[in-house]
Formats: sequence, structure tokens, C-alpha cells
Amino acid sequence: MAVLTEDMIAAIKDYFPRYPTRQAVTLPALHIVNERLRYVPLEAVVEIAQLLELAPAQVQDTLSFYGYFKQDKPHGETRAWVCRSIACALRDGEQVLEHMCHAAGIHPGETTRDNKLTIEFAECLGACEYAPCMLAGDVLHKNLTNESAEAFVKQTCSGHGGNGQAGSTH
Amino acid sequence: MPFEPVLLANINKPESYTLRVYEAGGGYQGLRKVLKEKTPAEFIELVKSSNLRGRGGAGFPTGLKWSFLPKDHPGPVYMCINADESEPGTFNNRILMELDPHQVIEGIILSCYATKAVTAYLYIRVEYPTCYQRLQQAIDECYAAGLLGKNIAGSDFSLDIYLHRGAAAYICGEETGLIESLEGKRAWPRIKPPFPAVEGVFRKPTVVNNIETVCCVTQIAARGVEWFKSIGVPSDPNNPRDPGSYGPKLYCLSGHVNKPGCYEAPLGITCRQLIDEYGGGIWKGRKAKAAIPGGISMGLFTAAEFDTPLDFAGPGKVGCLGLGTAAVVVLDETVSMVDFLHNSCRFFAHESCGQCTPCREGTHWSLTMLERIKAGKGRLKDLDLLLEIGDTIGIIPGTTICGLSDGAAWPIKNAIRKFRPEFEEYIKRTNPTGYMVTEAVNALPVVALH
Ligand SMILES: Cc1cc2nc3c(=O)[nH]c(=O)nc-3n(C[C@H](O)[C@H](O)[C@H](O)COP(=O)(O)O)c2cc1C
Ligand code: SF4
Ligand code: FES
Repeated sequence: MAVLTEDMIAAIKDYFPRYPTRQAVTLPALHIVNERLRYVPLEAVVEIAQLLELAPAQVQDTLSFYGYFKQDKPHGETRAWVCRSIACALRDGEQVLEHMCHAAGIHPGETTRDNKLTIEFAECLGACEYAPCMLAGDVLHKNLTNESAEAFVKQTCSGHGGNGQAGSTH
Repeated sequence: MPFEPVLLANINKPESYTLRVYEAGGGYQGLRKVLKEKTPAEFIELVKSSNLRGRGGAGFPTGLKWSFLPKDHPGPVYMCINADESEPGTFNNRILMELDPHQVIEGIILSCYATKAVTAYLYIRVEYPTCYQRLQQAIDECYAAGLLGKNIAGSDFSLDIYLHRGAAAYICGEETGLIESLEGKRAWPRIKPPFPAVEGVFRKPTVVNNIETVCCVTQIAARGVEWFKSIGVPSDPNNPRDPGSYGPKLYCLSGHVNKPGCYEAPLGITCRQLIDEYGGGIWKGRKAKAAIPGGISMGLFTAAEFDTPLDFAGPGKVGCLGLGTAAVVVLDETVSMVDFLHNSCRFFAHESCGQCTPCREGTHWSLTMLERIKAGKGRLKDLDLLLEIGDTIGIIPGTTICGLSDGAAWPIKNAIRKFRPEFEEYIKRTNPTGYMVTEAVNALPVVALH
């Protein structure tokens, strides 16, 4: 069964007139799929390639270069990027990341069992004046502390103590 | 005399990001005037004579870059606006796009008019969702108001601007990495020549400019060359090839200061002025130990070098790579240089695109060594090995395709050459025997140990 919906295909085709080549629509297409599915499964790569008149390997080659698109399974409902670069590290960003992962019961790069939250490290988020900071979905969380990070985890996960273990959907 | 902000003049107004507020402050007047009164060639000459230098890191003169486009090319010419802003410590492009997107767009239209580009792609990092929304809103407003699309402001110039999102890779900020990424490929920087002006995106002549650079273009169109050249550091009269450091600059200040933030000041203020007069001094009443002068790629100032002017020539005079993005990150006296260098090496090992062996292997092995040193298994000779890597990777020694590896090398060279006693002390204290405990020894089967 096709992975790309009519809506996704239409959104991808909307990008065609912007570029002189179809291949240039690769990143926009990956974003469109990723926004809706929270990952880009291999089947989607094949279908994107058909739309863009490319070999699936060309799309896969591009996708695999960017760590941004997941392929094995969707990331959590909220994807949180905690900055570990220098300005944040100088203000204890790495400890906050560790504390947050501990509160959620996962390692960086993993998703809580209830699929609510994925925590990842990020390189400089371009918000160094608010160090340490985190981008969760579209929201920038500024001047994080262990407490505010933990509160975020609790709020994002199902509200059962914030270990992310409750309410598993799988 | 405090400097009156120009690039940041709008950002504190309510709804500063709307066309209404931007135009009420005189926005798009400069563009209308240029479209009426100047030919593209005349406008290039104007920008050339302002000596505006690119704000994206390399400091290349903008007007000169534009004039490298082939004159008789059938076209199209493309404009790529670099909003990948991923250099650790840097965030001024974010502020401009989020709070004053029309200043950005006016600058893009002007730059495209000058270069006769009819399509501009604004390559924006995916970590800037608010900027993306604000820019798209602003672009939509411009189309509705006749400021984008066909016959801009009644002239015969037409232009489309498209936003193109990246996917969290630092190397997409390197101009030919950006071009490859825009084409839908992995962001592997290209071997130059050909330079983008001759063969860039979609194999057509292309200009790549930074967000802050095009905002300077907006201000030059509105206020004139004389105004621009009244700010900053004049060219060296004894060096006819020195373009000087003219104009306002957005300095990003972060790390261990009381008031981190983005501050607009004339090019050429010193690091100390930035920290004390704008940043409220070092936090917690402590002393400074060092500072990154312009994003982590540029290396390190020691505290004794804080009187260095932050202009295009300054940081190089004390052994740094350059002004870079003018993002200053301050390290107070409690920071371990081992930790600092570990953080830097980890960044570059993570971001190397892997095409060139010296960069891929050099960044990887320098991280491995720093991890070892940090874990108390370092040897004194590791410091020389690290320096050997630092001295041999990059486009300056001529071993790699792009400047990422020069950026990886500089923190290594500066940290170890400027703070060597601290590294030696750390290694001697944490690994007094001086031997390297390798993983291979740990991994020997238990029987073999008896
Ligand atoms: C590894 C690397 C990363 C870069 N990242 C950026 C960036 O994020 N933004 C930027 O404007 N320039 C970046 N540059 C510089 C660009 O290659 C290019 O010089 C610049 O965008 C040109 O614009 P300008 O002349 O207006 O400064 C980077 C360069 C290198 C080597
Ligand atoms: S220097 Fe490094 S980042 Fe640049 S092209 Fe070579 S491997 Fe890639
Ligand atoms: S270093 Fe964390 S946002 Fe820049």
C-alpha cells in the first residue's frame, strides 16, 4: 500500500515549479513526509523517487547524509533537541541533557515507551544568548535548569511521574 | 557616544515583522529609489564603493563578488541566501529574520536587482521554525503588495523568493555545500574553481550571500555610501588591497557574561568593550580566561588579548583565524581548557562531511585523543600529535576541499599553543605514569592476564 497520501503528493508537486530540476525537491519532499509521519520509511523513499523521476538510491543517498530524517520508526510526538555546543555547555547544558534523559528514562536519541517524547542532542541551535536551551517541536525553551527540564519531561509525557513508561501504545 | 543601532533599529517595535510597521519606519524606500534611479551596474558600483564585506564568515567584498558574474551569460543567474547559521555562538541572522524579515527581503531584492537574478533561494536551517514562518508571511505580504513577483514596485524587474529548509547539517553553510544541498544531494562541498559566480546552483552563475550582508545592502541603499563609510575602521592607506572594515556589525555575545545578547556596534570595537560595555562584564564577579572571537572556528583569545579590535584584520593579528561571524563566547577562569577543546573537537568530528581524508580522519582522531586526555589516559606527546593534525588539515595548508577543517584546526592550535601548561598539568596529574592505557589491553581475554 502506498505510504504517500494524496495530500502529501499534492504538497510535493506544489514545489515543482520552484526549481529547474526535480531532484531539488528532494529535501522539501522529505520534510513534507517527515512532518506528517515523523519519519521517512523506505517505502516513502521509493515513492518520492518515482515522483521526482530519480532512482530510489539517489533519494536515499541524500536522506542518509542528514541525520535529521529517521527511517526505522517515528520519533515521539514531541522531538526535543537539547544543545550541547560551546555556549550551552559553558552554562551546564550537558548536565541538563543528562538530567532530562534520566527523568525520561531514555538515552539521547531514544523515544519514551509511550511515544510521547524523543530526546536528542543538538549542535548550536543559534540561540546561545538563552543558553542552555532546547528546541522542542517549534518551541524554543530558554535558560534551562534541571528543574525546568524535568518539568518539561513530566508535562510532555503522560503525567504519570514523567518516566515516560506509562500509557505505552505498543 | 553610544552607537545608534541601524540593523536592529526595528526589532523592539511591536509587530516589527509586519510590512505595515516596516514601511512606517521608511522601509522599501531605498529599494524604490534604486529601482527608479540606478541601473544594476550602477548599483553594483555603489555597493563596491561602500567596501561592504560579507558577514557570513569570510569577509569577501560583496560588490566585487557580484562583479565576478559573467557579463554575457544568457542566464538565468541565481541568488542563494545563506541562512544556515550554524557556527557555534552565532545567532544574529535568527534575530534579523525573526524580528525584521522585511529588512532581509528588501536586501535580497536589491542584491538580485544588482546581479540580475530572477530567482532567489533562501536556504534556512530547520532549527529556525519561527524565522521560517515570519519570512514566509513577509514574502506573502510582499507578493500582495507588488514588492515581489512581476514588475516589482512598477519597475520592469521581476523576482521570486523561495524558502528552502535544510536538515540540521553545519556543512550546508559552506557555500558550495549549500548549493549541492539545494540541488537535492548530500551537502558535499565542491572543489573550486569553478567558483559559484561562474558555475553554481543548477550549473548556472550563482551568488551566495549571508542574511546580515543583505541587510547591510538594504541600509546602504537607504542611507548611502558616505554614511556606511563613516562607521568602522578605514582601510590601511599603506595597503591598497585592504578593503577596511566599514559599517555596523551585529556582535553575538554569549558564555560567561552577565548580559548575553546580540549587540550592534561599529566594526572594530574591542573584545573587552563588547564584554564590559555591552555584556555587563564577566558573570559571578569572576575573571575571564579566554574568549572565542568569532564563532568556535576562529580559535581563542587569551584574556590578555581582549583589547584586540573585532574588525576583519584584528583577530588574525593574535593568531586567530579571523573575525568569522563576530560571535564572542566568553570562558571564565573556572573553565578547563581540556573540556573546551573536547567540546570543539566533538563538534567538528560530528559535522565533517567526510569527503576529505585529512578532515574526516583528523577531526575523528583529535576527538578520540581529547576523550582519552579527558578520561585521564592522555600522554604528553598527544599534544604534539594534536598540533600536527591542527597544522596539516585545511584549505590553508592545502589538504582539503573546504574551510570546515581550518575551523576545526584553529581551536586546537590556539588552545594548545596558548594554554599548553594547563594541558600538560592536566595530563601529568591525571595520568602520572604517562602510559597510554589502550582499549586493546583491556580487551585481552582474562586467561591471558594470569
Ligand atoms: C564550514 C563552513 C560553514 C559556513 N557556514 C556559514 C553559515 O552558516 N552562514 C553563512 O552565511 N556563511 C557560512 N559560511 C561561509 C560561506 O561559505 C560563504 O562564504 C558566505 O555565505 C558568503 O556570504 P557573504 O559573502 O555574504 O558573507 C561557512 C563556511 C564554511 C567553510
Ligand atoms: S574539509 Fe571536511 S567538511 Fe570540508 S569538504 Fe573536506 S571533509 Fe568535507
Ligand atoms: S551553543 Fe547552544 S544554542 Fe548556540
